[in-house]
Amino acid sequence: MIWQRKDLLGLQELTAAEINLILDTAVPMKDILKRPIKKVPVLRGKTVITMFYEPSTRTRTSFELAGKYLSADTVNLAMSTSSVVKGESLKDTALNIEAMGADILVMRHEATGAPHFMAQNVKSRVVNAGDGMHEHPTQALLDLFTIKEKKGSIEGLEVAILGDILHSRVARSNIWGLSKLGARIRVVGPSTLLPEQFKELGVETYHKVEEAIQGVDVINVLRLQKERQQKGLLPSMREYARIYSLTQDRLELAKPDALVLHPGPMNRGIEISSAVADGLHAAINEQVTNGVAVRMAILYLLMGGNTDEVAS
Amino acid sequence: MKLLLKNGRVVDPANNLDAVLDVLIQDKSIAAVGKNISDEDALLYDLSGKIVTPGWIDMHVHLREPGFEGKETIKTGTRAAIAGGVTAVAAMPNTKPVMDNQAVLKYVSEKAKELGWAKVYGIGAISKSSLGEELAEIGELKDAGAVGLSDDGNPVSNGNLMRMAMEYANMFDLPIISHAEDLTLTNEGYMHEGFHSIVLGLRGIPAVSEEAAVARDIQLAEMTKSRLHICHVSTAGSVKLIREAKARGIKVTAEVTPHHLTMTDEAVLSLDTNTKVNPPLRTAKDQGALLEGLKDGTIDAIATDHAPHAPEDKEVEFAYAPFGILGLETFVPLMIDRLIHTGHLSWPEVIKRVTVNPAGILGLELGTLGVGRPADITVIDPEKVQQVDKQRFYSMARNSPFHGWELKGWPIMTIVDGKVLMEAGLLIDQGR
Repeated sequence: MIWQRKDLLGLQELTAAEINLILDTAVPMKDILKRPIKKVPVLRGKTVITMFYEPSTRTRTSFELAGKYLSADTVNLAMSTSSVVKGESLKDTALNIEAMGADILVMRHEATGAPHFMAQNVKSRVVNAGDGMHEHPTQALLDLFTIKEKKGSIEGLEVAILGDILHSRVARSNIWGLSKLGARIRVVGPSTLLPEQFKELGVETYHKVEEAIQGVDVINVLRLQKERQQKGLLPSMREYARIYSLTQDRLELAKPDALVLHPGPMNRGIEISSAVADGLHAAINEQVTNGVAVRMAILYLLMGGNTDEVAS
Repeated sequence: MKLLLKNGRVVDPANNLDAVLDVLIQDKSIAAVGKNISDEDALLYDLSGKIVTPGWIDMHVHLREPGFEGKETIKTGTRAAIAGGVTAVAAMPNTKPVMDNQAVLKYVSEKAKELGWAKVYGIGAISKSSLGEELAEIGELKDAGAVGLSDDGNPVSNGNLMRMAMEYANMFDLPIISHAEDLTLTNEGYMHEGFHSIVLGLRGIPAVSEEAAVARDIQLAEMTKSRLHICHVSTAGSVKLIREAKARGIKVTAEVTPHHLTMTDEAVLSLDTNTKVNPPLRTAKDQGALLEGLKDGTIDAIATDHAPHAPEDKEVEFAYAPFGILGLETFVPLMIDRLIHTGHLSWPEVIKRVTVNPAGILGLELGTLGVGRPADITVIDPEKVQQVDKQRFYSMARNSPFHGWELKGWPIMTIVDGKVLMEAGLLIDQGR
């Protein structure tokens, strides 16, 4: 199977086969990361530009390393200090990037659809590194990769996503990806952060964490933004932690071999206790490693590569 | 100068007419409507198979001048109206400066008169600069020709100010035209709050943001015994509130837009910023309720909320794009194709809501083919099939989500004060 799409904008539009292609390609990529010399020449002469309109350390670094390990030239544009301040429109930025001839654009933006808008206006391939509350496909793919690596298969697993579902692009992309690969999904959070309409996505919704994680195989804990309290969605961080924090006691309600994920950065003591974050069930640091491997796979596939070349 | 429109089907709800008749125009007025009229001096138009209606009135239009001439001007907006078969428009006051005083209101109506395309009636602001703090000089606005009062786009949040506006406007028999929206409930949303906003991760505007404001204004209208007109009704809940208010005898009227009747929030999945509008495109269920409301008379008028924006305003991220959809040049075909040809409403039912009803709400002597009245007429070819092509709009703007739609039933002639200003979709410049 060969990757056919120009861009990677979200998981909503992907088929299970396309998702599996990325996950399968990430396996040999992860092997490259374990080598003493972590460099293969498959993207030599290609340029990857990262454009982050929102601050990010780990996702951006992850993409940059992924590009470098594949021998691409990587350029980071710090959008907050660049043309945005001069008031340039996204369309003009797109035309500029196009003129410079970048092969792949990795873009994060606070507005839903900004990478889609960019993709329509440039010939470069566009990777969505997070758009508003809409999608964060590479995060979901690394979550899927981690689950598959630990559990062997995703089909039939019970997966709980815990926290601020409403504002989470990670939750949305995970819901699309997990459901396409046959997992059963429970989402859990306070009613102000989990509107009823999520049910229409084919997930079960819960407001009590103890019910939601009963017997699950995987718990994906989301970061809680502090401004939710200021916006009137939550009474206090303290109350949230008391009701929703993934603690050791609560984790015991899940399957004995349950896997705990978190996209980071963590608020220890709020959405997750340190004991759980540093415990045996957590694969949070491995997620970061897997993130590089998955992003290598994506860059590689977008430039027309196929899995056999790397494996050999 | 005489014109004789022969053999058209005359649909004139103001006079209970729906029959194949002739219409004789002398100078600026209707001279006769009847069977087998002949006049050897008159210029003859054979309109067999065509529909002849009083000139369409769009009671909710943004002409953008003064202040936003990069989006639209009085000239381009009134030419777009004529091209679209609309002979009169009511201009909303959210210009810069705001139409909250005689000078701006007179500038707009007199400039339109000078240009001589569609007739323009000014809607004065409710509050100074539409800030919702102090009443505008409503008496002066009335003297200058204001036909209604609205802070459209900047809903009046202060309930007491709205009450005072109603009590004061009552003295001048001006309707309060309410853009009903509770901004605290809108909470910086961009689209209808529902399944599609969840999928897109776009902040939603709940239906209750409109309904809470409709309910407040209805109660205030009941208390003050004033005339209230609800703009661009978009939700099933609002229709229900208005229906009940009418049953209670409250003087409330309402309008609905073509886009709310023909599109739903599903269209936003394209992330096309031309689908971004306030109130937002709602669900199919709301659309059904709007249609019901139109049928049973709860909704009195159809108006486009023509809201032009420059390409650079709209060619941005969805969240940053301004709200607004162009309406004037797609008004007639959308209504004929989607309301009449689909069998939802009859010709007289639709024509009533774009002629005599809006004229009545605004107190205009228009919307009728009565003898002696201004000869403002729209002629429609109900069988003409054409694709909407935004590149051919007379409007300065291009922000239409209807581009490419194939529609049946287009205006083929627009007459204002006895002058033919549009034929076959092309404007006729009569030495101006």
